Amino acid sequence: MDLTLYVWRQKGPDDQGRLEEYQVKAITPDMSFLEMLDVVNEGLIRAGKEPIAFDHDCREGICGTCSQVINGMPHGPREKTAVCQLHMRSFRDGDTIYIEPWRARAFPVIKDLIVDRSALDRIMQSGGYVSVHTGGVPDANAVLISKADADTAMDAAECIGCGACVAACPNGSAMLFTAAKVAHLAALPQGRTEAARRVCLMTEAMLKQGFGSCSNHYECQAVCPKGISATFIAKLNREFIKAQMPGQ
Amino acid sequence: MNMLESSVGRKLVMSVTGLSMIAFVLVHLLGNTTLFYGPDGINAYAEALHRFGALVWAFRLLLLTVLLLHVFYGIQLTLENRAAKPRAYAIKSSRATTLAGRSMVWSGLLIGGFIFFHLLHFTLQLINPELAAGRHFDSLGRPDVFMMVVLSFRKMPVSLLYLGALAALGLHLMHSLQGAVQTLGLNNERTLPKVMKAGVLAAILIFLGYAAFPITVFTGLLR
Ligand code: HEM
Ligand code: SF4
Ligand code: FES
Repeated sequence: MDLTLYVWRQKGPDDQGRLEEYQVKAITPDMSFLEMLDVVNEGLIRAGKEPIAFDHDCREGICGTCSQVINGMPHGPREKTAVCQLHMRSFRDGDTIYIEPWRARAFPVIKDLIVDRSALDRIMQSGGYVSVHTGGVPDANAVLISKADADTAMDAAECIGCGACVAACPNGSAMLFTAAKVAHLAALPQGRTEAARRVCLMTEAMLKQGFGSCSNHYECQAVCPKGISATFIAKLNREFIKAQMPGQ
Repeated sequence: MNMLESSVGRKLVMSVTGLSMIAFVLVHLLGNTTLFYGPDGINAYAEALHRFGALVWAFRLLLLTVLLLHVFYGIQLTLENRAAKPRAYAIKSSRATTLAGRSMVWSGLLIGGFIFFHLLHFTLQLINPELAAGRHFDSLGRPDVFMMVVLSFRKMPVSLLYLGALAALGLHLMHSLQGAVQTLGLNNERTLPKVMKAGVLAAILIFLGYAAFPITVFTGLLR
């Protein structure tokens, strides 16, 4: 396959940045998208040029590190697929492909396609935990959890924290991410105790980290590689309303 | 953080004020259907409403407060959301956003402008004073609202203006009916897709319901 790439190149946080054109040859359909970029980078290194910086780690769709907007779609054209799991067979010979970093005020570009997503960590630090006594290992079935609740919590816990939801949202909102964390813990008895405090602290942190609010577009769930549902945002809203009730 | 500082809290205000206005829009629509019963319908209805006297004004003030809250937070949230996305993609494709959803603040501002005109037109009756119901009375001595509405809508620019404003309202509601349900946290996996469809359908019905007045008058079906 021969391709024309337009890749966002930015030397550092203060650089203006620009799209640069690359002609890429001899790509095979069984390569992953990141392997295709590896090939491009080897060519750049051989030519004595700076390779394209992009984030990646597990390359098996579970860590949430890879993060590229491909032709205007976070994680590219395949639904429920992280960039590292995207293969070149999803493209055609002769295609032109635009590759840009996640864009949001809360995600400043560090270099090329790499953005700083620590704002999501700060939302987690504000309340995305449960307080427990340390010590001996608790009895496995000491706290009973219904199958339905366990399923809800597991569905929400699938979030890998990649930030594609923020990249896709016209408001640069982190509601899907935050909602997944709030809903995950609120569904479990261990998380109920701090549920009211948590939803207030985490949504406050979201605002303070520079993310927008939710206008109910649902672009987030459409790009989420893990298929996190926007109904978790409804659950976050429910938890927020409960937290405003007297006695909370 | 205070609820009115939180972005989730302010969205709740948007939702509650929006739904209150929708309730008004529905009641107003129902009341207006008395137009189809001729002067005896709407003139009697208008007179009956005005018997509430001071209550009418209390209600108007309440509605104005609701509207101002909605407009204030709507503009504030929109500005915040734009600032949170300072840079656009060179190429943007989307899977879920709609024109209605992306133009909420514009459809809203058009509605706001229209509400201003509508109040001058049929409430204060300053736009066409020669048709003012406050100056013309029917055979039973009631302000002739029927005549005012019918003669106004016979004018093409007036009818078109009302239809345009109704289109803006329809667009606003196409996105916001489902949005308000979601903001209030009332969705689950089963309801979300249905609420989204029902919201669009209800918005279209509200549009058609109101559009019936200028259309039937202008085409001469109602005279
Ligand atoms: C008059 C000027 C108006 C303006 C400027 C305005 C503006 C807005 C904006 C910007 C939003 C979206 C907020 C966001 O999520 O980012 C919104 C939502 C909404 N609006 Fe309006 N609007 C107006 C009038 C109305 C009227 C007359 C109604 C009802 C008849 C209405 C009903 C709603 C509803 C139900 C929502 C959804 C709230 C939610 O998503 O939870 N609006 N409005
Ligand atoms: S909700 Fe989905 S898109 Fe958002 S951070 Fe989690 S896995 Fe990524
Ligand atoms: S590199 Fe780990 S999810 Fe893509």
